Amino acid sequence: MRTSVVLGAVTVAGLTAGIASAATLDDVQARGVLNCGVNTGLVGFANPDANGEWQGFDVGVCRAVAAAVLGDPMAVNFVSTTGKTRFTALASGEIDVLARNTTWTFSRDVDLKLDFVGVNYYDGQGFMAPRDLGVTSAKELDGATVCIQTGTTTELNLADFFRSNNMAYEPVPIETNAESQQQYLAGTCDVFTTDASGLAATRATFENPGDHVILPEIISKEPLGPVVRHGDNEWADIVRWTLNALIAAEELGITSANIEELSAGTNNPEINRILGTEGSMGEMLGLDADFAKRAIMAGGNYGELFERFIGESTPIGLSRGLNAQWTDGGLLYAPPFR
Amino acid sequence: MTTTTTDAPPQRSFRLSMLIYDTRYRSYTFQFIAMILVFLFFAYLINNLIQNLAARDQNISFDFLGDPAGYDINQMLIPYDNQMSHLRAAFVGVLNTLLVAFLGCITATVLGVIAGVLRLSNNWLVGKLMAAYVEMFRNVPVLIWILIIFNIMAFAMPQVRAFRGENPESSMLFGAIAFTNRGVYVPKPIWESGSLIVVLVFLASIVGAIWYRRHATKVLYDTGRMLPRGWPTLAILVVPTLLVYFVMGRPIGLEVPELRGFNFQGGIQVRGSLIALWLALSVYTGAFIAENVRAGIQAISRGQTEAAYSLGLRPNRTMSLIILPQALRVIIPPVISQYLNLTKNSSLAIAVGYMDITGTLGGITLNQSGRAIECVLMLMLFYLTISLTISAVLNVYNNAVQLKER
Repeated sequence: MRTSVVLGAVTVAGLTAGIASAATLDDVQARGVLNCGVNTGLVGFANPDANGEWQGFDVGVCRAVAAAVLGDPMAVNFVSTTGKTRFTALASGEIDVLARNTTWTFSRDVDLKLDFVGVNYYDGQGFMAPRDLGVTSAKELDGATVCIQTGTTTELNLADFFRSNNMAYEPVPIETNAESQQQYLAGTCDVFTTDASGLAATRATFENPGDHVILPEIISKEPLGPVVRHGDNEWADIVRWTLNALIAAEELGITSANIEELSAGTNNPEINRILGTEGSMGEMLGLDADFAKRAIMAGGNYGELFERFIGESTPIGLSRGLNAQWTDGGLLYAPPFR
Repeated sequence: MTTTTTDAPPQRSFRLSMLIYDTRYRSYTFQFIAMILVFLFFAYLINNLIQNLAARDQNISFDFLGDPAGYDINQMLIPYDNQMSHLRAAFVGVLNTLLVAFLGCITATVLGVIAGVLRLSNNWLVGKLMAAYVEMFRNVPVLIWILIIFNIMAFAMPQVRAFRGENPESSMLFGAIAFTNRGVYVPKPIWESGSLIVVLVFLASIVGAIWYRRHATKVLYDTGRMLPRGWPTLAILVVPTLLVYFVMGRPIGLEVPELRGFNFQGGIQVRGSLIALWLALSVYTGAFIAENVRAGIQAISRGQTEAAYSLGLRPNRTMSLIILPQALRVIIPPVISQYLNLTKNSSLAIAVGYMDITGTLGGITLNQSGRAIECVLMLMLFYLTISLTISAVLNVYNNAVQLKER
């Protein structure tokens, strides 16, 4: 089937290749590097820093998976994808995991044959407008010109929102976040819409972030999470439980600072099971006992990743909100490691 | 008695080795082998497609075309809203593609012919300017030109909010046309009752003008008397229409765009994306057409010009009556392929968010439905159909101007 990957790429749009093997884990281990699909550049979530090294919240998930599977958080090949190319890249086998602010929806899960392994950020679609436009609510946007990133759920939410509120609007479809930012700043559109986290991240890069307001309405549910191909359940399990390990680690108080100390053995059997000192969870996944420990050490637990890249101390300044642990009134709830 | 036995030439039976060693059969053998290989290659690709689709538990189905599209399109030549089907959205895209291709072909031809003729001008400055135009636009990718023009429009033109307030920074041209970075807003004609008659009179005047010009040509050929052409044509076109317009009580009004809410309302908005795409495709393809025109003109023997001059024709008339009609035969075939290029290049529209067929069917529909193979197949079929239609139509024209050997 290897040759069919090469030739298959020649077929119509090259979409059909890549079923080369169901065992993504074997492929990744043989390759020694994880191919991870990320945003083309969204500060805080996935963006190359001054040294050309990818940084961000979604990037953190990729690094954790690489650490769990390959033992090296840096063994990741980041493939930047646009809203339009991401699913093709995943379906064709170009990437092993997609961690690109991707909304979990029914049709993507069922019809596009993708598997969402969990949610790493609970988001919703919002609007940003220049302050001097004097708009205080999304309900006042009748007749506005709206910049959207094409190929995303925001396109459909936007149509629904304006239709249900009986308002007219003019969509300006744009390919990437950077371009829509340019067009918005040039004034070719009145408002810019995308996930609220994306708005905050985009605004943080403006020269005068204070000149722009994010309108209070959130018009949709956007649970964002890592995605894998449908049909390889072992690989889906690995990514799912790596993410769960990061979330559970925060809940149980495992941080990158105390992990060495805790992995010597504790009184809490769940911590012991996660860190591999008790039970054989790593083996069940086809990995070794330390997989979760390495994943957490890669960039810290969920809370640490959040604070470092998008939290209140960063320019993006997102509060935990819905993304707090369930014990703190949020929605993050990792199933038990048992 | 003599018997002449004419031995029939030995009937050599067909042997298999003749397929390779006999020149009569050899070419068939190799063509047959090549054909089998091509078939096998395509069979392999199709089989691979079907197998992989089956492995992913997918199929080829066009049912999604009937589902509601769910997204909005900003430029619609036919009524459309987000509850209509994907097929309808694709059709909106088709019309947008055809619109920009049609506009582009016309302006590219005008630009190309002017630049091509002027490049041969004896005026040094004009010739060099046109050479610079051709080389500059021909040698930079069209996508770059599209982006350059789009960004110039976005950043150099006034924003809509600059028109707002007591003392706006920008004002409308003639109080009717607004140049903004979202596009150009122009007045829209309002057709009231009675306007049909005005339009009919105008169409009749066009027919009249054509008839008059034919008549003038005939008089010229028959008697050698030259009737004036310019002002009578203009008069035939304008006077009756104006008369009827005022007699009917001015049935055609103008809806001037005005700033209301976020945008200019009313009038027609020629979007920045359309302008950028249209202009870029025109100047880019125009540069190629200019070269075709120049080549066509230079293909006509110098003797033709000299003969025309010796008959006393002035340079303008030499060009339009002697050189260009002959040059057309050389010019048209390559220009057809430029039209095809322009139409296909219009698929770069997505770079500026112009919703052509690639943007609707091949962009949003493909992405939201996940039916990539079906959408791409339909796109290929569409561009193929359009290209073949354009070349068929232009080939008919080409045959019409071809040298008729009698």
